[in-house]
Amino acid sequence: MEDLQQFKQTYFEESGEFLGVAETGLLRLTPGNADMEEVNAIFRAVHSIKGGGGAFGFTDLVAFAHEFETVMDGVRNSTITITDDLVDTLIRANDVLGQLLAHARDGTRPPAGFAASVVAALKAFAASAVEESEDEAPAVPAPPPAAAGIAAGADGRRTFSVRFRPKADLLLTGNDPTFMLRALKALGETEIECDVGGLPTLAHLEPELIYLQWLVTLTTSHGLVDIQDIFEFVSDDSLVEITEHAADAPPPAAIKDEVLPPAAGAGAPPAVYATPEPAPGGGPAAAPGARPSGGRSSSAQSDAGHAANLGSHTIRVDLDKIDRLVNMVGEMVITQAMVAEHVRDLPQGEYQELLEGLEQLAQHTRELRENVMSIRAQPVGSVFSRMPRLVRELATETGKDVSLVTSGEATEVDKTVVENLVDPLTHMIRNSIDHGLESPDVREANGKSRTGTVHLSAAHRSGRIVIEVADDGKGIDRQRVMQKAIEKGLVQQGSSLSDEEIDNLIFLPGFSTADKISNISGRGVGMDVVRRNITSLGGRIGVYSTPGQGSRFVLSLPLTLAVLDGMVISVGAERFVLPLTNIVESLRPKPADLHGLVNRCDVMMARGEYVRLVYLHALFGIPGAVGDATKGLVVLVETEDGGRLGLVVDEVLGQQQVVIKSLESNYRRLDGVAAATILGDGRVALILDVAGLQEMSQHAGSSSSVAQRQISDASSQTHVM
Amino acid sequence: MSKSASLATVGSIRGDVVATANTNEEQYVTFTVGNEEYGVNILSVREIRGWTPESRLPNLPDYVRGVINLRGIIIPIFDLRARFGGGTTEVTKRHVVVVVQVGERTRGILVDAISDILAISQDQIKPPPTMESGLVESQYLAGLFTAENRMVTLLDVARLFAVETGDDEHIAQRAIGA
Amino acid sequence: MKKKVMTVDDSRTMREMVSFTLKGAGYEVVEANDGQHALTVLGTNKVDLVIADLNMPIMDGLTLIRKLRAMAQYRTTPILMLTTEADDKKKAEGRAAGATGWIVKPFDPAKLISVVQKVCG
Repeated sequence: MEDLQQFKQTYFEESGEFLGVAETGLLRLTPGNADMEEVNAIFRAVHSIKGGGGAFGFTDLVAFAHEFETVMDGVRNSTITITDDLVDTLIRANDVLGQLLAHARDGTRPPAGFAASVVAALKAFAASAVEESEDEAPAVPAPPPAAAGIAAGADGRRTFSVRFRPKADLLLTGNDPTFMLRALKALGETEIECDVGGLPTLAHLEPELIYLQWLVTLTTSHGLVDIQDIFEFVSDDSLVEITEHAADAPPPAAIKDEVLPPAAGAGAPPAVYATPEPAPGGGPAAAPGARPSGGRSSSAQSDAGHAANLGSHTIRVDLDKIDRLVNMVGEMVITQAMVAEHVRDLPQGEYQELLEGLEQLAQHTRELRENVMSIRAQPVGSVFSRMPRLVRELATETGKDVSLVTSGEATEVDKTVVENLVDPLTHMIRNSIDHGLESPDVREANGKSRTGTVHLSAAHRSGRIVIEVADDGKGIDRQRVMQKAIEKGLVQQGSSLSDEEIDNLIFLPGFSTADKISNISGRGVGMDVVRRNITSLGGRIGVYSTPGQGSRFVLSLPLTLAVLDGMVISVGAERFVLPLTNIVESLRPKPADLHGLVNRCDVMMARGEYVRLVYLHALFGIPGAVGDATKGLVVLVETEDGGRLGLVVDEVLGQQQVVIKSLESNYRRLDGVAAATILGDGRVALILDVAGLQEMSQHAGSSSSVAQRQISDASSQTHVM
Repeated sequence: MSKSASLATVGSIRGDVVATANTNEEQYVTFTVGNEEYGVNILSVREIRGWTPESRLPNLPDYVRGVINLRGIIIPIFDLRARFGGGTTEVTKRHVVVVVQVGERTRGILVDAISDILAISQDQIKPPPTMESGLVESQYLAGLFTAENRMVTLLDVARLFAVETGDDEHIAQRAIGA
Repeated sequence: MKKKVMTVDDSRTMREMVSFTLKGAGYEVVEANDGQHALTVLGTNKVDLVIADLNMPIMDGLTLIRKLRAMAQYRTTPILMLTTEADDKKKAEGRAAGATGWIVKPFDPAKLISVVQKVCG
């Protein structure tokens, strides 16, 4: 089966999908309320995984899948009743199946005794199945007795006589004696004799019945089994006699008529051979098996290829192709921007048509880009669908009653973002269930329903995707949070923070107010890691809470990680891009607005509050910049924790959509730099990371500047001559 | 506004690689920086370009000149002269960037001019002398080769700027442990 | 002239393997993912043989076989069922519905080809 190895990849992919289908179905299975369609779907999923597994020789997998399938079969036949225990076992079985698939894919063996308890449970359920009444299936008679072993002739070949008398309506089962006879011929040398004695007169001839029988003398080096194989589908209700000749013995006498007992097949016309009226001269030997040629046609239709499913409106495309397409369109955007840039310098008034044409080109490029990006867009539902499972597990572990409600599953977002959503969502939901929701008793005592609700929703809002995880639990314990923050030195004793500020303290590093590290949330990940990951994607996360009523995590992400709405700024001869979403406004301060502080950090008064100034030229060591904030511009940006920074730049050059290019793939990550892009003139501009800039500026206050630190880091391993 | 960057390429070497008669031999592209001649294995050379202005990267040693756009990807440009302590190169349009590929990563090395393509067999390469400053320096030296009457220093492309790009952490380890 | 075979199975892996095996043996192959889909495909494709899995959504294999046998142009077309080894009951049901024969899952490519040749040449 080496040829078929190439389908292993397909098998694993498809099995992954089947596992998903099974899991979804199992999670919805409730005792007393089973949707038979779903049960069948689950059965089919397991059945298909088993079938494919057999093809590749994954014996462990097949053996386990068989137990699983047997129980599912019982469920769909209603011989096994659905109970909570059963559903739990089946869910575990589905997990085991997934693990076995992973092992099969990786070529590893599962540990000994693996899944033993699940197997035992499955077997127990299978044994509990109510005995089905045995439907009497038509008996399948044993194949005709083989001739006693006779020594082969001198050349190792044997001679057989094969007598074949098909049941009259054989053609209606789709079998065709022609092909069987040909198959016999393919085994060796044959002499075929056809007995047409059974043919009726033309008037009585029914075209779809067979009145013929054959005697074939076959000399072959094949064995009896190969001959029997040819008749494997017809031997139980047609006459097939295979006799082996002793070497050199004369062949048996010609066949005589016999009346065959009626065929056992249900619904077939009575298979009694028509007794012929004596035909003059023995009748012509009719060509055997002339059969309506409905099956053969010179159809001009081409094959339904693998890619398109006739009758369905979707098409499977390799993800690589999509990615390449997205890249190409991105390049086109850049090239178009380059052309636009060059054209800008053309004298006004001339080349009017050229300018208009290019304007149209720009328009089309934008549209094309949007459409191509939307190909890669996926509904967030694909991530949401993993959450019910998580909620179920957490509910069991914490002993709480949790109901998960989702909305906005159809909200679409670029594939690159979707993949990055799983972790943050998982953590937020864990947090809600672990720390937010109370136990059923406590809830009841507080006049709430015993079941807590976690509401997961997604929506588009001002060009971004906003995801909320809301729970109706007890909200954030602000006193405890403040205490913890003071203990850890994150907040000064006696400082007054707004409620919202206190709530968002949970995103600070090292923060966990759990009394004991819960098994779930305490798995080494805090909300600070979640926020950092979100931020690195250009997203933001915040929390809102009402004590006693619940908390709400709000997560916002750009619609795509491939393109960014940016503001191009210049510092000296360099240009940078700031993500538009971070920008509050840009202004030129008056000297009176600027103030110096003790630790050499300038601040500026803007909108009634003091904002720290960050001199980009100093941070990045750029010569020839306008150092004076009052002569350049200050771009007011918002940081993740809601604070403000004022970035001092030379000029703000304009707003632009830029294609995000990785700096890290060929170089490395730089502080304060999120990525890079290529501007219209073909030159590279760095895309700044506001959170990183904030960190850098905090360290830059001291004498050992960031610049020096970076240089010493980079050259610590090299000997500078 | 700057003129459109001239993407003068000296030509893609790969296409011209001639099968070496002696299977022991490998081809090296050699280039000059000042009076020194260096060589790298031709298999790691993606292309050779004329110099184009880089976009500076902040707060880095002078041998990291910046990044350029190489047909849609962003690659760093390293100044070989500066790397060996000779100060920053005063670039002109006649200077050359050797674009090399190390694993999945591409980077450019600024040199003065391309010199030659040499077929060198393994036994012709002499090991580099150990320098007093320790093993660290000679990490990136693959060996020395004498061509006619001049010496060519063969460079190990993979290690040449490994530290700067964070490629080879084990080099740092060895430096500490050595 | 090439014979045309239709493989009906809700498992993509199975369809691809059957298709690959038979195409390599000189057959043309069309695919459908369930019984209903098969009937649609057959509307524009005349085939010489149908290979159908029994467990499929929307319309299962047995129903498909019965429906085909009730259609004039497919009364005598060979139809093979894909079944698992020990399923004698299913085999019998299939034959009662009008199936020509069966192929056991997992299938051996050589055996598949020989069975196909046996029933449709």
